[in-house]
Amino acid sequence: MLSSLAVHSDQVIPARAQMGSSLGFHIILACMGIGFPAVVMTAHYLGLRGDTDALLLARRWSKVMAVLVAVGAVSGTVLSFDMGLLWPGLMGTYGSAIGIPFSFEGIFFLLEAVFTAIYLYGWDRLPRWLHFWTLGPIVISGILGALSVVAANSWMNDPSGYTMAHGQITSVNPVAVFFNGATYYEAPHMILAAYMVAGGLAATPYAVGLLRGHRDRYTRLGFGVPFAIVAIVTPVQIVVGDTAARAIASEQPVKFASMEYVARSTRGATEWVAGIWYHGHVIAGIGLPDVDSLLVGFSPHTRVTGWDSVRPGYRPPLPTLIHLSFDLMVGIGTLLLLWGIWLAWSWWRHRDLPPGRPGTVFLVGGALSGVAATAAMEAGWVVTEVGRQPWTVYHVLLTSQAATTASGVTGTLAATLVIYGALTAATFAVLLVMQRRWGSGTPGQPEPAVPYAPPAGQVARPPEPPR
Amino acid sequence: MIPDVVAAVLVLVITAYAVLAGADFGGGVWDLLAGGAAAGAPVRRRIDRSIGPVWESNHVWLIIALVLLWTGFPGAFAAIFTTLFVPLSVAALGIVLRGAGFAFRSQVQTLRWQRFSGAVFALSSLLTPFFLGTAIGAIVTGRVRGAAGDPVSSWVNPSSLLTGALFVATSAYLAAVYLATDSERAGEPGLRRYFTRRALAAAAVTGLLAAITMAVLHTTAPRVFSILTTGRALPLVVVSVLAGVAAAILLALDQTRLIRWLAALAVTAVIWGWAVAQYPLLLPPRLTVHDAAAPAGAGVTELVVVAIIVVLVGPSFALLYRLAQRGTLSEPDAR
Repeated sequence: MLSSLAVHSDQVIPARAQMGSSLGFHIILACMGIGFPAVVMTAHYLGLRGDTDALLLARRWSKVMAVLVAVGAVSGTVLSFDMGLLWPGLMGTYGSAIGIPFSFEGIFFLLEAVFTAIYLYGWDRLPRWLHFWTLGPIVISGILGALSVVAANSWMNDPSGYTMAHGQITSVNPVAVFFNGATYYEAPHMILAAYMVAGGLAATPYAVGLLRGHRDRYTRLGFGVPFAIVAIVTPVQIVVGDTAARAIASEQPVKFASMEYVARSTRGATEWVAGIWYHGHVIAGIGLPDVDSLLVGFSPHTRVTGWDSVRPGYRPPLPTLIHLSFDLMVGIGTLLLLWGIWLAWSWWRHRDLPPGRPGTVFLVGGALSGVAATAAMEAGWVVTEVGRQPWTVYHVLLTSQAATTASGVTGTLAATLVIYGALTAATFAVLLVMQRRWGSGTPGQPEPAVPYAPPAGQVARPPEPPR
Repeated sequence: MIPDVVAAVLVLVITAYAVLAGADFGGGVWDLLAGGAAAGAPVRRRIDRSIGPVWESNHVWLIIALVLLWTGFPGAFAAIFTTLFVPLSVAALGIVLRGAGFAFRSQVQTLRWQRFSGAVFALSSLLTPFFLGTAIGAIVTGRVRGAAGDPVSSWVNPSSLLTGALFVATSAYLAAVYLATDSERAGEPGLRRYFTRRALAAAAVTGLLAAITMAVLHTTAPRVFSILTTGRALPLVVVSVLAGVAAAILLALDQTRLIRWLAALAVTAVIWGWAVAQYPLLLPPRLTVHDAAAPAGAGVTELVVVAIIVVLVGPSFALLYRLAQRGTLSEPDAR
């Protein structure tokens, strides 16, 4: 399938670094865009059922959501530019196929932007239930937008739905492109991950507040609503992730081999927990004989394909990075599962968060859950993207053919790193400023404690927990 | 047939981006020129209230345009982004800084940081229209040739730089007109006069820049020039001039009724004039819409997507605009 005339770019490393850093930054905001509206909607619903604390949370969160969606909208646009700036070899030849899921994403992006504005500016102005329901399109377009973008990514892992002649795409089947063989497990995996990241990050400041002794109802609710969503989603995620790993073992065996340190195709493959790949050996890893085969095919005799199945030039680089990223993701997922079970048990026993000293351990975990879920999600992207190398489109297009031939990527990479570093700092700073404002009730920034009736003044406004 | 329709839809989406998001960038220009913190406060508040609820939605039209281009005309997309790597990178930079600066300005508390994020917003509002303009200038004058196109001279030349300046001026013009209308609606006659005066000045600058750009196209893009001045695109040029002049007369009379529509019509007619004059070429001097088109399956999908946008997003977009224009959405404490 490789054309001998293909142009190979020397900009691959800076181009990958720029794409990786832009995507790694944007994906966190994308997760907030996908998952956070559901958190806000839950709190808003509780609020409309009479819980004034929940209503105040929803109102404040809607402002956080607006800032994050704004930054996410522009950093997402940069990724659209990057597709052309960095990967013209991909877009020029395969744009008519991979562009299809992106086109559907456009619909949902537009819907999300419009309804986010209506929701944000609709407080006190739209009828209360109508206002609540404007969150519906945001939640749905978050999910469907994620489905569309991930469909584009999964097409690169399992390209289908097109025919080629003389290096040109000659026909496209949009349905087969969108619902390629990897969409069905990649998309749910990412959507659930977004809910875990959004829930964890939203719960974090309130977990810190609880640890600092703000045990009031407002703070407990601010922790409980988003963390309950994490607890509900995580078990489903583990089943989906397990399915995804098995699908990768059969569809992208070389990626799977790097994830699990399978150098040679074999039955009774060893499952490695942690460990570093060094000169053909795993160092400092715990080897569980036959377990990898068991996980792949439910039998120790299952044959697992190793990376020796392809020539060295077609194997992913850095197996250690891929394997440890995979282990990090699985490890964090497992811990979040335990924390979710802990919360469920405590709630079942005494309708509250875990008490006493174990409760402190629980809250420390809760305070770390946002960062942990984000790290797991980023690690998952490292696995899928580095694990596909040297291919941009699996078995079809090499990354060296996809990358731009324009010089200057090093410069834009440097600019990307500086600006996204500054943007990350600024986003945190702005969120802290908002939190401090709510904590102190700064004069000149009137904010009704409860946006709908009862009249202001009758309801005490609890302070926002300091971070 | 399908490629032609996709191309026409692409021009429609570009038009939506220009007349809606263009004005948001223009808001940044007026923010920049609004003067000191105290004197400029009412102007900046007006700009904040007008742009705040709508800029993100307006911005998404750019994404739709990019997606249409790369799915409908993938080879042309790759060629444009390879030759015009530099201006398009800077345009993307402007998009990030403008959006972040604007979103942060309304949330930070101290004057120093408001000033800083406001300056980021205002300055970066110049970058994106200017560099997108240079890119369009490079396309019109046939300098985009993929990896073979010159990374610098393709956009550092009189036609491209003039087009960039024209885009900035047009954005500022549209913004001043819309802001004048919004001020009138909000019952702020002082601000209305402020913006009608500036709209008139911007109209003069824009008209002048348009005329000079046209004159330069005579030598750099003779085919487009002749179709615009004597060919099938002439009626659109006439419409644009008439709408622009009518808007200017109303502005001089300090009238805000209809000027929003006339200004948008003037800009729309120019965009369509360009499209009609360049057709059937997508990338002059040789690549036609037909030759650049993706297979039919991709083109039809794009049309379906746009149909869904019209049906699904259209009404919600209209709702957002109505709420924003009634002032229902734009009280200051809403953020």
